[in-house]
Amino acid sequence: MLNAVKREIPEAVLAGRPVYQGKYARDGQRLHKAAPTITQAIKPKATKLYASLKAACEACGAHDGMTFSFHTEYRNGDKVAALAAKVLIEDLGLKDITVAATSLGDAQANFAQYIENGQITGVQTSGVRGVIGEAISAGKLKTPAVIRSHGGRPRAIAAGEVHIDIAFLAAASSDEFGNASGINGKNNCGSLGFAIDDAHYADHVIVVTDTLADFPNEPAAINAVDVDAVCVIDQVGDASKIATKEARMTQDPRELMMAQDVAKVIAASPDFKDGFSFQTGVGGPSLAVNRFLEQAMTARQIKMSFALGGTSKAICDLQDKGLVKYILDTQDFDQGAIAHFASEPRHLECSLDQYANPGNKGAFVNNLDFVVLSALEVDVDFNVNVVTGSDGVLRGAPGGHPDTAAGAKCCIIVTPLTRGRMPTVCDSVVTVTTPGDAVDVLVTDYGIAVNPARPDIIAQLDAAGIKHVTIEALRDKAYALVGAPDPLQWEDRVVAVVEGRDGSVVDVVRQVKPFTF
Amino acid sequence: MIPRPTPQKVRIRRSMMFMNAQKPNLLKDAYIYGVDSIIMDLEDAVAENQKDSARFSLFNALKHIDYGDTEVIVRINGLDTPHWQEDVRVCVAAGVDGIRIAKCESAADVHAVEDAVAAAEKEFGVTPGRTLLMAALESPIGIMHAYEICTASKRLFGAAISAGDLRKSLHVKIEQGGLEMFVARSQVVMAARAAGVQCFDTMWPNLDDQAGFEAETLQARKLGFDGKSLINPRQIAFVHQTFEPTKAEIAYAEKLIRSFNAQQDSGVGVYTVDGKLVDVPFFDDARRVLAQAKEIGIYHGEL
Repeated sequence: MLNAVKREIPEAVLAGRPVYQGKYARDGQRLHKAAPTITQAIKPKATKLYASLKAACEACGAHDGMTFSFHTEYRNGDKVAALAAKVLIEDLGLKDITVAATSLGDAQANFAQYIENGQITGVQTSGVRGVIGEAISAGKLKTPAVIRSHGGRPRAIAAGEVHIDIAFLAAASSDEFGNASGINGKNNCGSLGFAIDDAHYADHVIVVTDTLADFPNEPAAINAVDVDAVCVIDQVGDASKIATKEARMTQDPRELMMAQDVAKVIAASPDFKDGFSFQTGVGGPSLAVNRFLEQAMTARQIKMSFALGGTSKAICDLQDKGLVKYILDTQDFDQGAIAHFASEPRHLECSLDQYANPGNKGAFVNNLDFVVLSALEVDVDFNVNVVTGSDGVLRGAPGGHPDTAAGAKCCIIVTPLTRGRMPTVCDSVVTVTTPGDAVDVLVTDYGIAVNPARPDIIAQLDAAGIKHVTIEALRDKAYALVGAPDPLQWEDRVVAVVEGRDGSVVDVVRQVKPFTF
Repeated sequence: MIPRPTPQKVRIRRSMMFMNAQKPNLLKDAYIYGVDSIIMDLEDAVAENQKDSARFSLFNALKHIDYGDTEVIVRINGLDTPHWQEDVRVCVAAGVDGIRIAKCESAADVHAVEDAVAAAEKEFGVTPGRTLLMAALESPIGIMHAYEICTASKRLFGAAISAGDLRKSLHVKIEQGGLEMFVARSQVVMAARAAGVQCFDTMWPNLDDQAGFEAETLQARKLGFDGKSLINPRQIAFVHQTFEPTKAEIAYAEKLIRSFNAQQDSGVGVYTVDGKLVDVPFFDDARRVLAQAKEIGIYHGEL
């Protein structure tokens, strides 16, 4: 069945889901929320501490065919997800396990073997990188993986489409009853925004920490009322691996130029006024937008009402300068942001539900004026791919990309026109992760293009004297520089389904066919 | 060759960015940064035994890459080297807009390059007189001869002061406030203005010292330079902002011209605007400011 982004979706993978029909197609529909089934604790207990994770899993009824979840606030430094999978699969010998992750990367590399062995048979995630992506793309996973955005994940959980049996929630600190947070420990990750919804919807919640705090451990992101068990291990995560090299402010003149152009596009909008709201990522040019935005805000004497989403030191610095009223933080990208989260009262924790869920009564993304996002590929319909590489292998994360794009008044994609010899702007992206109807402006090193669906933005740029071209002109330029790539070769088998934030199917990823000359 | 527009002797040249002609990755899209002129360097940036490969990459860059309205200038090797004549042939054959004469010391140096350019234009069938020249003044004798250099050729659109070598010859180093270069800079501005050509300040070498760069750029503007050489795209924005007319300057120029148009018929030669005495040179300057603002694209009024 052909969807609104012109992708043919096989009936078999739909499994009752509609195909994608537009960013607001399911607005106003009714949704019944699926509450968890919990074990009541009426009689006071001395403690919820368990001697081992294995014992906690047994107490929480770990079983074959179960689904477990975890958060990835420790990013590449996470130790709990890999440990939880090992305990369930190796120590308890369970099989037919489904993973419900906020992301998957090198820190969970042991999953690849479990997938290959047929022990992990289902994967639901908001991102997948490294060996796990390679294993899935090679067709090793028994059922197609489901890729959901950060807003689509809590929607699916609340709708009961994903039912979590046990959530393993890493915490920097916790008391022995499960009041837990991402701060006040030996290894802090800051916001636990990725974990909060799982605590509310999982049947069983196990808090895993390396720093046991006195009761009550407040302020707590995870409340004891949702927690069945607490386990203490040596190290929940290596916080030094949270800050990837991406989180540094670039000195690259090309990236700085693109960042400056993004700031110009923002400054040309009537929504760039006192009290505006903003989100940006941590890729080179995206992060550098903060610097140029600061200049524009100072010149215009305006302030931001809130900065949303993943948080870096750069946006914390703006708050410290009095330019940002609130930071609504879903995850912290560097040590500076973690420390700031712990000390600044207006730097607040934000769950993924609050952040981006289209299945609630209005998430923060709906109040967003501007979002700046990166892309692996953008096509002439403004569809964006952030999940598959040029070889068709899963190696990316939609994260909040589709959510912020659909929610924000103005979604700006910033990317170089070519990477190595790959054109970034192309006829048709390998995989649609963010539909083009949610994307408004594309900023590249070779020029700016505005989605023709936004004549208002075109008029704003013209009035401000900001040059822009058609996206076809950018594609032509890219192809002129590096050539048009040959289409990828696929097997028939679908290895992953890209689910829209509203639960529709946007695209599928098929098994890659080994390349032959 | 990608056809290039006819080079304009008088045009906006706020920024001139050096690029090593030996590095195709720098040449391939140097125009994207919005610099007014790029200077592909065959001289100091290129190792002695790589001159030929640099010429090759330069020629092929111009053959395949559309630099649009970004001016393309090439710094050729000094006249005391065995390279410069071949440099000139390559530049003309590639259809560059202008040639920067390194270490120019006299009118005779300009004439030597002019003759070689004319011969190459004939050899490669390029419109005679198309290729422009500019002189880099890098020695005390070059500075002393600034006026004869600036008036040596119809092709010459301007002179740049190049401070790296000059400081060595003068036995000085970079001083805060630019004291050591004050006379040389002023001499170049004076000669260029007397000859009716443009003048450009030297590049700031210390990329990490942004404050020093900004101070030097502001000083060059105050001394009367038209623009400045630079070595990194990060420097473009500040140079442009410094060398373009301010909003207040544009508004004042507009006011002057309007008052002039109103007074024209009444036969008054000297009168006051905003309480300040104005006469003919004020209006010429105002017209220059408006023309410049228009060319840069920051003035959209009707004058």
